[in-house]
Amino acid sequence: MVGIGSFGGYVPRYRLNRMIIFGSMGWLNPVIITNARGEKAVANFDEDSITMAVAAGMDCLRGVDRQGIDAVYFATTTAPYRERQNANIVAGALGARDEIRSADFTGSLKSGTSALLSALEFVGCNGGKAVVCAADCRLGKMASTQEMVFGDAGAAVMVSDSEVIAEYKGSFSVSHDFVDHLRGANTKYDRMWEERWIRDVGYQQFIPQAVQGLCAKYGMSPADFDRIIYPCYYGGARKNINKALQVEQEKVQDDMLATVGDSGSAHPLLMLAAALETAKPGEKILLVSYGSGCDALWFEVTENITKMQDGRGVSRWLARRADLDNYQKYLVWRGMAPAETGIRGETDKETRWSLVWREHKAILGLWGSKCRKCGTQQYPPQRICINPDCQALDEMDPVYLADKGGTVFTYTGDMLAASVNPPAIYGNVNFNGGGRTLMDFTDCTVEDLSVGMPVEFSFRIKFYDPKRDITNYFWKAVPAVGEVK
Amino acid sequence: MAEGIRDKVVILGMGCTRFGERWDAGSDDLLIEALTEALQDAGIEKKDIQAAWLGIHIDEINIGKGATYASGALHTPFIPFTRVDNFCASGTEAFRGATYAVASGACEIALAIGVEKLKDTGYGGLPDSPAFGQEAVMIGPNATAPGMFAQLATAYAAKHKIPMDKLKEAITHVSWKSHQNGAKNPRAHLRRAVTKEQIMGAPMVAYPLGLFDCCGVSDGSAAAVVCTPEVFKKLKPNEPMVKVKALQISVSSGEEAMFTRWDGAGIITTQTASRKAYQEAGIKDPRKEISMMEVHDCFSITELVTMEDLGISPPGKAPEDILNGFFDLDGQIPCQPDGGLKCFGHPIGASGIRMIYEIYNQLLGRWPEDRAVKNPKFGLTHNLGGVPTQNVCSVAIFGID
Repeated sequence: MVGIGSFGGYVPRYRLNRMIIFGSMGWLNPVIITNARGEKAVANFDEDSITMAVAAGMDCLRGVDRQGIDAVYFATTTAPYRERQNANIVAGALGARDEIRSADFTGSLKSGTSALLSALEFVGCNGGKAVVCAADCRLGKMASTQEMVFGDAGAAVMVSDSEVIAEYKGSFSVSHDFVDHLRGANTKYDRMWEERWIRDVGYQQFIPQAVQGLCAKYGMSPADFDRIIYPCYYGGARKNINKALQVEQEKVQDDMLATVGDSGSAHPLLMLAAALETAKPGEKILLVSYGSGCDALWFEVTENITKMQDGRGVSRWLARRADLDNYQKYLVWRGMAPAETGIRGETDKETRWSLVWREHKAILGLWGSKCRKCGTQQYPPQRICINPDCQALDEMDPVYLADKGGTVFTYTGDMLAASVNPPAIYGNVNFNGGGRTLMDFTDCTVEDLSVGMPVEFSFRIKFYDPKRDITNYFWKAVPAVGEVK
Repeated sequence: MAEGIRDKVVILGMGCTRFGERWDAGSDDLLIEALTEALQDAGIEKKDIQAAWLGIHIDEINIGKGATYASGALHTPFIPFTRVDNFCASGTEAFRGATYAVASGACEIALAIGVEKLKDTGYGGLPDSPAFGQEAVMIGPNATAPGMFAQLATAYAAKHKIPMDKLKEAITHVSWKSHQNGAKNPRAHLRRAVTKEQIMGAPMVAYPLGLFDCCGVSDGSAAAVVCTPEVFKKLKPNEPMVKVKALQISVSSGEEAMFTRWDGAGIITTQTASRKAYQEAGIKDPRKEISMMEVHDCFSITELVTMEDLGISPPGKAPEDILNGFFDLDGQIPCQPDGGLKCFGHPIGASGIRMIYEIYNQLLGRWPEDRAVKNPKFGLTHNLGGVPTQNVCSVAIFGID
């Protein structure tokens, strides 16, 4: 049986109340008030689509042996690299083997479900496990509808040939060169055509077309499904679509517009993750994406679902929140307004790729080493054991530390270091199971920290080199969920 | 058992520039100023120097690599001139090179000169550099020196269960005392006494260190001419002799950064180097026998933990000693009588030799009464370079005969 083996979600900690955007920019475009309900999730200054995809993947793979993963797919429309496989960065962070299939899915907001379909077909043909990680971090210009509506998030689905929590039953796709939203190869901000046309000709026609196509293909009716998941941030269009499909409002999954915003490629999978958190065995789920057409997928929940309803998904991330109480900070974090970080901030940091390749396991996957002689865990990987009483040479096994967590040993908040989110918080962390390293902290304030506090590790942007357009990634310590005040 | 360095080398002469924002002076000017004073004090000429060591760590804006900039600026006559860099211990390392050369018999008169011109970077604090290699750029935080040393405070407070405001009170006294001393010193960078309220209320640099918990970043140079006791007696008959009693270096093993045994509330290298230095100098009870100290107070918290690491204060008792005035100029062991890194300033490569300059002049009783240490016998200098998890420590002891 092929289907979903696990799921995960990720919503960044910072939330921007849409009235703050309106308060800052309503003078320019008063009509944005019509979208000013609720809040949107905003990636921290050190987050992007890759880091959020990894965060969702880590959520999804809790308790899963990383060595058993056979494919890693990454879906986004905001990939940091055009050449350099983004999915390999994600796979490296998730601790996957080198001998895997990897691919980036991009170009449309349905790329998340396209990646999921490819994963289902991969596992259908080859067996094993395939992980799909989707995330988006799309930008609208200041005072645009997109700025109001878009939110940042990630979602992940592991497809498996055994112990599935939701069996894959079938799919139907439609593809259109329907240009409602557009971003050229050299463009930073989303551009859209008239919204009435997008709503009436786009969402209201294509989603029913895909659903009806799937129903016709499998002899089903929309009313046969217990949960219907589709993205559409037009409230009126949602009503019309529900009416056209003749489905009851309560079966339709909340679109999280008021809490997250439209997270692009990730959004259908994010809504799926939220649905799976509470799904019951036997439920039929219809998942539909939207963007340059639609993918419709049919799943049936199995008895295994209860094993995976252990806190993974979206709710705990939604609960872990902090107000981003200032619009200017949002602009600086997203690179929409230049900020002075001093001459110190201009230090040129080059990336030496041959060095990065030698150390890529330690950098991407936080792989350390563990001494076969004395059992001491250490990071970064050592050839001579760090235990002064052992010092064995070349007796090391690799150990994946990214999911181990640890505790705060020392910390500080540094106002001298150049940062767009001062103070730069960092310190020494003791890994659970042994070993210590110095690392950045993120998603917290200095006041949140204390010596001995448990932390988890989060894959983040380490630094961006504007001269060469290189984003470098590494792990940071984050107070364990529940620890942040 | 090695014999060690004790009594084999003496200081013939020393020089030290005014430290500070020397916008008018290049590294060459600073080197010339320090060497001229040192030669004058030694009573020798440049041609008498047989070998030279240059201490410099971070500033390559002016100096570049190697020692040719210095030999070219000073026009030394084709003698060996070697640059040494070992973080903030670079000055003491240069001094060690000269001392070991003389002790070995390879030469009779050698020069150690340190210089650093830090004020051509365009910003405050030390220059940003990949000090721990490129791998650390990829995996370590974007850290600064205050941020790295500030962590001693969080670990110290946690280990000794001392509230942070109590610890802040003690480190405030550390900086207050150094400002009191620095204000009296015409060559110091920062020459203003400040109140404890000013120190406590200053803007935060790296929690819990405020602006006054951090030392000055300065331009400056210092030089020492060392020789054998025989040469000294020939050149300065009947004059008191300042002898090198001990000179020890200890460098991190990686254990602090990666192994979980270190407590983070002190510096292992200081503990190691000081114990070896006491043994080399024949000192049994440093708290009773050391007369004065110049320690590496890059940050106030560094000075606090150093008092314990040197074995002067018992573990957990440095705050008490500090607040009791034990290390004040009129206390039992005056610490930083010249103002320390805090106020005299910290041109890295020069700092170790600047400390020796202070001890040397104190031992010879050359300073005016308002900043003189009474009847000193042994003086100790201490440098700590790098960061608490990865560092170089030097401890040197000098005595007068």
